[in-house]
Amino acid sequence: MRFKDSEHLVRLAFVFAAGLVLFLAVRHAIVPKGFGELGHYRPGALKDIAALPVKFAGRTTCEACHDEVAKVKNEGKHAGLSCEVCHGPAAAHTQDPTEHAVNKPDPKVLCVRCHEADPARPKSFPQVVSKDHAGDVSCAECHKPHSPKL
Amino acid sequence: MEVTRREALETAGKFIILSGAARVAFNELHGEPVADPEKYTAAEHWWGMTIDIDKCIGCGKCVEACAAENGVPDGYFRTWIERYRVADNEPDNPHVDSPNGGKDGFPVLNDMPDAKSFFVPKLCNHCADSPCVQACPVGATFESPDGVVLVDQTYCIGCRYCIQACPYGCRYLDPRKNVVDKCTLCYHRITKGLVTACVEVCPTSSRQLADLKNPKDPVHKFMRENHVEVLKPHLATGAKVFYKDMDEAVR
Amino acid sequence: MNHVIPGVDGFMYPNEVELQWSLLIVLYPYITGLVAGAFILASLARVFKVKEVQPTYRLALLTALAFLLVAPLPLQLHLGHPERSFEMYLTPHRTSAMAMFGFVYLWYLLVVLLMEIWLDYRKEIVLLSRSTHGLRRFIYRVLTLGSQDISEGSLRVDDRVGYVITIIGIPSAFLLHGYVGFIFGSIKANPWWSTPLMPVVFIFSAMVSGIALVLLVYEAVTRLRGQKIDMPCLDAIAKYLFYVFVIDFSLEMLDLVHRIYESDESFRTLDFMVHTRMWFSEVILQICLGTLLPLVLLGINQIVKLPDFRRRWMYTLAGIMTLIGIFAMRWNVVIGGQLFSKSFLGYTTYKVEFATREGLLPAIGLLILPVLILIVLLKLFPPWEEQEA
Repeated sequence: MRFKDSEHLVRLAFVFAAGLVLFLAVRHAIVPKGFGELGHYRPGALKDIAALPVKFAGRTTCEACHDEVAKVKNEGKHAGLSCEVCHGPAAAHTQDPTEHAVNKPDPKVLCVRCHEADPARPKSFPQVVSKDHAGDVSCAECHKPHSPKL
Repeated sequence: MEVTRREALETAGKFIILSGAARVAFNELHGEPVADPEKYTAAEHWWGMTIDIDKCIGCGKCVEACAAENGVPDGYFRTWIERYRVADNEPDNPHVDSPNGGKDGFPVLNDMPDAKSFFVPKLCNHCADSPCVQACPVGATFESPDGVVLVDQTYCIGCRYCIQACPYGCRYLDPRKNVVDKCTLCYHRITKGLVTACVEVCPTSSRQLADLKNPKDPVHKFMRENHVEVLKPHLATGAKVFYKDMDEAVR
Repeated sequence: MNHVIPGVDGFMYPNEVELQWSLLIVLYPYITGLVAGAFILASLARVFKVKEVQPTYRLALLTALAFLLVAPLPLQLHLGHPERSFEMYLTPHRTSAMAMFGFVYLWYLLVVLLMEIWLDYRKEIVLLSRSTHGLRRFIYRVLTLGSQDISEGSLRVDDRVGYVITIIGIPSAFLLHGYVGFIFGSIKANPWWSTPLMPVVFIFSAMVSGIALVLLVYEAVTRLRGQKIDMPCLDAIAKYLFYVFVIDFSLEMLDLVHRIYESDESFRTLDFMVHTRMWFSEVILQICLGTLLPLVLLGINQIVKLPDFRRRWMYTLAGIMTLIGIFAMRWNVVIGGQLFSKSFLGYTTYKVEFATREGLLPAIGLLILPVLILIVLLKLFPPWEEQEA
């Protein structure tokens, strides 16, 4: 086999080589910086995700201002509850309390979310058949939400 | 009175140190999180979650809170609650429902009065040997150095191979962004010393955030003193959501 | 269950209700399977020296190329961000079967198929670059890569290198479609997919579909050219189709028998799914019409010698039913794997849409496109010396 007969193959090899070089150049330009440093991913993703906005402030933040309510609640049966499970996300409220008011939920709707009797709920958990227990009367007529035990 | 530069510097230094110390003391006393994400070192943490099934009342507030905190689209779920009702003559055939993921609570069902019934919260298990991370062709989903499985939404191509690979059904394609989304263990909160949204609102403390690398974390006591299981252990995913007293009917 | 989700029976994890991989993802293994199968037929001629199928050698290669070029398109239409798909080549995740497949595809397209076609056609390309005009001339001239050498020596080199490439091409074709099988077979989360048999079943069903395709293309092209069909060629193709089909069918039955016998935790739910939601696509279409019927049509001709006319019609019908049957097989794997819940407690439904990005219309278009490409290829690279197709 003389070289002259394989010249077209050399040309083909050049085409492949050129393609490879082009690919490597594109790769160098496009692959995000730092990719692979911590693992097979873009490390900037960690910062991006950690920088997402917080919507729930957390009970300690609520209690820092609303300490009287906190005191009442922490001595009652609802001590283990966070404020935001009833009042909704409040981080915006901590930034600007007047601009972002916090929900005052309707007890008739919210209380039964936890306390309606359901066979799947643990037996030790306080639950009632609300129709029999109170009829149409709102739970807050008798039970104070921050300290519900009568 | 003349103040020398040395004195001024000394006073300023004392002021800075003392006010810093005061802030730390204030935080310690009031339990406020050290909210500085710059101070967070991933290598010091290895995140997971513990769930006490006997405490879950199926109120669904965790599902609601997660959706609010993370902007989860309707009809898709980063976390959800399943209600199991197991008749004793049919242990292999539990009746399971999850109406809208449990986001609005559960309608009371009384048609199986003799069945064993309970609620099971589900979420991404942030597996240490994650099959979804293994499957991702481009490196868009990964496990962070602190054990949280995340999705880089600027890199995901939306092939959905990871969704097929996840045994737990915790991933979905966000129809607004056309990338895969899932529970991030509220990474944006836990790196600031807060707990996840679902743990924050859980009224019975059934769900608890766990930092396995923290020797003071209650997870160690939890693991030592309870019967603990992960979901689908035969798949050896290294799941890090630990369930206390889970019934064998749970899928 | 009180809360009723349309299309769902029993319980599914909330995120499972919607199918993730659609009709387009059924098309993709179907198309790559046709490619691998067509190539294997071509290699029968070149490497295994089966003289009878020589008339289909070039046709099989061009058919493979036409379909391989279309193969990435269903994927691009399916991706949430097709503009990012190149990331699979830039930062391939080495643990991902899908990422590695990107390179297998590239290898097969560039090094195996394109090179083999180029080497086999080089003499014609050079001659045509001299004799044609306009756009065609430009195309041929580019393809010569600037070399006008068609001496005996250079053609001998082409032949030797081409032979080596075909030899490399055989395991490459197995890798091409075996890998697609592995993409499914390696998913431990899904018991319908997770089996070591998956790559093997995919390879053999690919060969079956590819051979059937070339058989039908050969018949169609020969008729359109007004030429006489080479019956020994057709008989040889049908014979190989039959034997490969027997192996394929045995593998599918092995999988089935194994599942029934072991009857593990997933069996009840899968069995129910096949008997209800997949009865038509699996039992009627794939097994009866798509496998048993062609086996009978082909098998009869291995035992008795029927007249040419009758044989031809039996082969044609067998070929068509095979193509439908293997499509049904891909459907049953991809869609079937998503119809049941990983909780083994429920099922969902797949509604094929029509004119959406992943609907029936683009799917039909994607099946017609390779035929159009093949027509262009046949005009540019006529497989037969007489004249153009």
